Amino acid sequence: MKVNDVILQTYTKAVAFIILIFSLYLFLAGHNQPGGGFIGGLMTSAALVLLYIAFDMKTVDNMIPIDFRKMVALGLTIAVFTGFGSFIFQVPFLTHSFGYFRLPLLGETELATAVMFDLGVYLTVVGGTMTIMLAIAEDDD
Amino acid sequence: MSAGSQSELVAVLMILVGTIFSFLSTVGLIRLPDVYTRTHAASKSSTLGVLFTMVGTFIFFLFQEGYFSIRLFLGIFFIFLTAPVAAHAITRSAHRANVELADISVQDDLQKVRSKEREGAEAE
Repeated sequence: MKVNDVILQTYTKAVAFIILIFSLYLFLAGHNQPGGGFIGGLMTSAALVLLYIAFDMKTVDNMIPIDFRKMVALGLTIAVFTGFGSFIFQVPFLTHSFGYFRLPLLGETELATAVMFDLGVYLTVVGGTMTIMLAIAEDDD
Repeated sequence: MSAGSQSELVAVLMILVGTIFSFLSTVGLIRLPDVYTRTHAASKSSTLGVLFTMVGTFIFFLFQEGYFSIRLFLGIFFIFLTAPVAAHAITRSAHRANVELADISVQDDLQKVRSKEREGAEAE
């Protein structure tokens, strides 16, 4: 019997974007407020899991054509290379620095290299969580 | 009475009303006979209770501290959006799993539709 999930699917279409934007906010707020790469990554994967619950796996796989195993590798590579980046300036491994820049629209903004490391953490968490979820979901076929 | 203490009074009253609604929701959850009526009590009044509490907190921080908390605002919006859908999903899966209604209920239109659907599926 075909299941009619119109309420859950319509609601998911709206709510998944709110969760994704809030996870991005958490990721960027991590420097001065609660948040950061780990919690942001978990929330992004929560939004993706919501999509997988409301729609079937084939639809979401077509919608988001990302290999999450490669995402883990990419995240780890970014984290390691931000560590190596400190060698260019003759300072120890993983030394971070920050500066104030004048950006269009945002004005005076503090930019830190720790965000690059956080991006690595973010990608690794999203990739790892989604790999676990999808490996369990694909078990029976 | 100054403007600061007036907004504090509004916030206090809203949080009190929210707590009372949450308490009533819990009483309904314990007293009502079956899944459907319990979901009715738990989803509606506790959503309203949380909503009142959050709006009270929002007003308090807006007027006392002058801080517009966008996260709290989003939270209010989000609770309002998600709680009814969660209740819908729970009740729906309960009905599909053939959970019976309380003895005092007299009408179940969805059951008729579903048995018709099942007959149609068997005929094919």
